[in-house]
Amino acid sequence: MAEAKQGRFLGSEAAYGLGLVSPTAIYAIMLLAAPLGFILIASFLTDGYLSIIPKFQLCNYFGECASYKVVDGALVETQKYLGAWSDPRLFSVMVRSLVVSLLVTVATVALAYPMAYYISFHVAPARKGIWLFLITIPFWTSYVIWVFMWNAILGFSGVINSVLIGIGLIDTPLNMTFNIQAMVITLAHSFAPFAILPIYVALEKIDRSLLEAGQDLGESRFLTFLRVTLPLSMAGVVAAVLIVFIPTIGDYVTPKLVGGAKFPMIANAIEVLMLKGDNKPLGSAIAVSAMLIVGLMSVLFLFLNRRYLRGPK
Amino acid sequence: MKFSGLQLYALAFLIFLYGPILLLPVFAFNDSTVVAFPLKGFTTQWFQNVWNDSDLWQAVRNSLFVALSASVIATMFGIFAARASTRYRFPAKGGIMGLILLPMVLPDMIVAMALLVVLLALNVQLSLLTVILGHVLICTPFAVAILSSAFQSLDQSLEEAAYDLGEGAISTFYLVILPLVTPGIISAFLISFTISLDEFVISNFLGSKDKLLSVYIFGQLRFPKSVPTIMALGAVLVALSVALLALAEYFRRRGIARTGLKNTGGFL
Repeated sequence: MAEAKQGRFLGSEAAYGLGLVSPTAIYAIMLLAAPLGFILIASFLTDGYLSIIPKFQLCNYFGECASYKVVDGALVETQKYLGAWSDPRLFSVMVRSLVVSLLVTVATVALAYPMAYYISFHVAPARKGIWLFLITIPFWTSYVIWVFMWNAILGFSGVINSVLIGIGLIDTPLNMTFNIQAMVITLAHSFAPFAILPIYVALEKIDRSLLEAGQDLGESRFLTFLRVTLPLSMAGVVAAVLIVFIPTIGDYVTPKLVGGAKFPMIANAIEVLMLKGDNKPLGSAIAVSAMLIVGLMSVLFLFLNRRYLRGPK
Repeated sequence: MKFSGLQLYALAFLIFLYGPILLLPVFAFNDSTVVAFPLKGFTTQWFQNVWNDSDLWQAVRNSLFVALSASVIATMFGIFAARASTRYRFPAKGGIMGLILLPMVLPDMIVAMALLVVLLALNVQLSLLTVILGHVLICTPFAVAILSSAFQSLDQSLEEAAYDLGEGAISTFYLVILPLVTPGIISAFLISFTISLDEFVISNFLGSKDKLLSVYIFGQLRFPKSVPTIMALGAVLVALSVALLALAEYFRRRGIARTGLKNTGGFL
């Protein structure tokens, strides 16, 4: 009977599907799922010198922790440190990352919506392709060079300051880099294409006769937009929000180049703790916390959208 | 009135989007090491610097090697996963596809660090090979996304017709399906290639002394003197990227035309 069952399985659709997906799936399990699992476990273990000591503890997240060194087979405490959520410095890095990526998300999506609306409603169908192409190009060009260009534009002796001084509007250069605004502008710029595409796709799906119906029933253009177009495009807005929010909170290059401070955002903190600080459990705890924050914010946003904005089910 | 307002907005948005790109060639030909107006005069000095920098060429060779390897592997993985997910139902499909697509939404830093910690624990020597491992991971989701839409737009009756005419599963795949999705494969390859070429975080942390282009550029940014050279290099890279993308878009459209569907959007 087991044989018959196996025979049926081998010839079945499920077997074909699993067999076909297995090379990719095995690669992802070995090089993605396993390392992520390793980090999760490491975040509950104890920090040793260039190693991880397999002793379970929670203090990498909350409370006071200590690093150890093995001397003659015995553990010797070398250094005390605070867990990711207890250390005020690390906590403020997480808060700052959250604030920056929320600001970036709001700015990017708010700027992207009218653009997507314009392409969907006001560009002739034959020319939509070229507009979308124009918008996606910057995304595919070297990210490091982009961030660097923004640094040069906003910098102390950069493009904006030299122009403003040149036309006599200001005397001393403005300080525009190494702060949160610079990070927000740079990130909003690099994620603009990501935000436009999902909103555009949602807008394209709207049945245009609904808009005519709205206006025939006496609504103004603006009210039609508010009560028909906007709710119907919420799915795209939600997608855009998630697509922008998730990668920006973990961005490394922008904070490193225009962010200032020792570690302005989470990714920079992970780097410093894991490599220079040689504290892999604490670094792992921060990485896991970052994934938790991202996951929670995404769930929260999807929930709010469903509950209050009458978005898609 | 409303129309022209939106049009102005669209124009302003494009300027914001393209501002930095348009400034690249301006300062790449500017005869000054400071990136500021007014311009000082015309020079091709910086392009000559790019041409004569042997470290840079080594980085370019490394990057091309990594990008080529990673995009070939990612495209093959993409074909397997996209075909499986569009054609078959199988257990844990959502979970498996979710895991494969996960790097799309996971910060690169977390992917890089998780891999790095494991590689170090296993005593693996960092090299271009480890960078390729990481790049395959982040290119595959994009290849899967592009190829899924290519496989999805296949008319299944063509496949059934081949079976009815006596072809087996494998010959049907080679004779009917593969030719129809070839444009999708090419565009998945080109996009993976571009992503790998531009990637920084994984290249930086999983790489060794053999620097990749993006890592080399990042390193040069600390030296104010080399800024205009990087601008010139950036101008060349942007031009190349645009050319590659135009090629990818051309193949994507040809693919759509071949399967007889309407063009419904961009890459993603």
